[in-house]
Amino acid sequence: MSLLTPNPGLIFWMLVVFLLVVFILAKFAWKPIIKGLKDRENEIQGALDLAERTRAEMVQLKSDNEKLIAEANAVRDQILRDAKDAADRTIAESKDKAAVEAQKMIEGARESIRNEQQVAVAKIRKEVATLSLEIAEKVLQRELKDKEAQEKLIAELASSARLN
Amino acid sequence: MYIHIRRFFTIALVATTCLFSAPTRAQHEGEKVTESINEQEHEIEHKLEESEEKFNIGEMIMHHIADSHEWEITHGVVIPLPVILYSADRGIEVFSSSNFHNDHHEYNGYHLVHGDSEQIVPVDESRKIYDFSITKNVASMLLSAVILILIFTSIAKFYKNNSRRAPRGFQSAMEVIILFIRDEVVKPNVGPKYEKYLPYLLTLFFFILINNIMGLLPGSANLTGNIAVTMTLAVLTFIVVHLNANGNYYKHLVRPTGVPIPLLLIMIPVEIVGVFMKPFSLMVRLFANITAGHIILLSLFGLIFIFQSFMIAPVISLFALFLNFIEIMVAFIQAFIFTLLSSMYIGSAIEEHSHADHGH
Repeated sequence: MSLLTPNPGLIFWMLVVFLLVVFILAKFAWKPIIKGLKDRENEIQGALDLAERTRAEMVQLKSDNEKLIAEANAVRDQILRDAKDAADRTIAESKDKAAVEAQKMIEGARESIRNEQQVAVAKIRKEVATLSLEIAEKVLQRELKDKEAQEKLIAELASSARLN
Repeated sequence: MYIHIRRFFTIALVATTCLFSAPTRAQHEGEKVTESINEQEHEIEHKLEESEEKFNIGEMIMHHIADSHEWEITHGVVIPLPVILYSADRGIEVFSSSNFHNDHHEYNGYHLVHGDSEQIVPVDESRKIYDFSITKNVASMLLSAVILILIFTSIAKFYKNNSRRAPRGFQSAMEVIILFIRDEVVKPNVGPKYEKYLPYLLTLFFFILINNIMGLLPGSANLTGNIAVTMTLAVLTFIVVHLNANGNYYKHLVRPTGVPIPLLLIMIPVEIVGVFMKPFSLMVRLFANITAGHIILLSLFGLIFIFQSFMIAPVISLFALFLNFIEIMVAFIQAFIFTLLSSMYIGSAIEEHSHADHGH
């Protein structure tokens, strides 16, 4: 049956044409197409990788920033606390100093008062002694003249002394 | 792409219907037809004219499936093709096939014989000639080759010039198919060294595909339904496989692993036959599928002439519509299967480990 008998002429042309098509397409079509597809795939893969890396970097950066902020906050709190402590300490110290100073002044005043008092008491004692001596002198003088007047004087002196 | 196929299909259907309704119209322009067509159809036409019941559907189908020395697009529209003959005594002779258009179909000592298929035989029977004519199939093949080269070199330009741009239009339509062949057919079946075979397999796929589809066009040649063409393709795959096969492959042929010695007597012939069965199955599968599709379509249209009724034409056309869809599917599937099996044969021959796929 002719349908099943291959025609040699057609085989010849088929070989020639098909091989030509294979070589022409391989050189001028498949090579650039396959290369183009491969390049594009690599490019897309590269872009995806880059995006992934950038994302990771962003996450890293974000956590770094958060850490930095936390650190800065901590430092600020520390500084504030320190400053407050320092201020409190200064106030307390000043207060203590002032109290001590006041105490000292009061002590000084008391001392001087006591000294003054002692001086005054000594003065008064001296005065009293002198007065007593004068009185005794006057009494002795008068005793010699008048006994009656003498007694009167003593009484007088005694009352005046008590007033002192 | 879908719209393209649909438009093509509509045109194909309309034109096919026209083609097969042509004999009826041709009755009115009988003289013109008898001048330009061959003897076999003379008879058909005469019979049709004399008594319309004697329509020979077998001859009509064979005429449309077989190769021819001229391209008959429809009745009366015939493109003569060059006849190229080689004989030892006369050398190469080239002349137009229209020279055979005479009462005896004879020219320059050659006779155009119409049997199952056309054949040029010398009148002097002692001479031996070789026919390298540009037949209808060769012309169609050349046309498909030009179309393939134009399509893919123009697509390749996009990749050269705009390699950083997204694919557009026709390029992206083709890219889907190219990627499918590369990633789903060639890469998994051939293995890591697939890039060496990719150009051959891609060409194979697109060559078969475009010729399958062109074969569906009305008035076109039935190229992939010709056994010479499928044989050439199968033999090329066979050669590619056996030129690149490694030691394991050949060792496996003569000494299959794990087979006891006495069994080798049976196994070695089986393996050897298997080697030749692979290209043979490739050849027959493509040839039979495409030819069968054409025969079914032609038979359906032949029914219109057998029933001699225009009433049946719409029903037949509906069937033919359905079958045309199936044929388009078959065009893709057969191209895919040929490429897939070729990839598998190559893959099993270059595989490093000796657990070759017996791929029957």
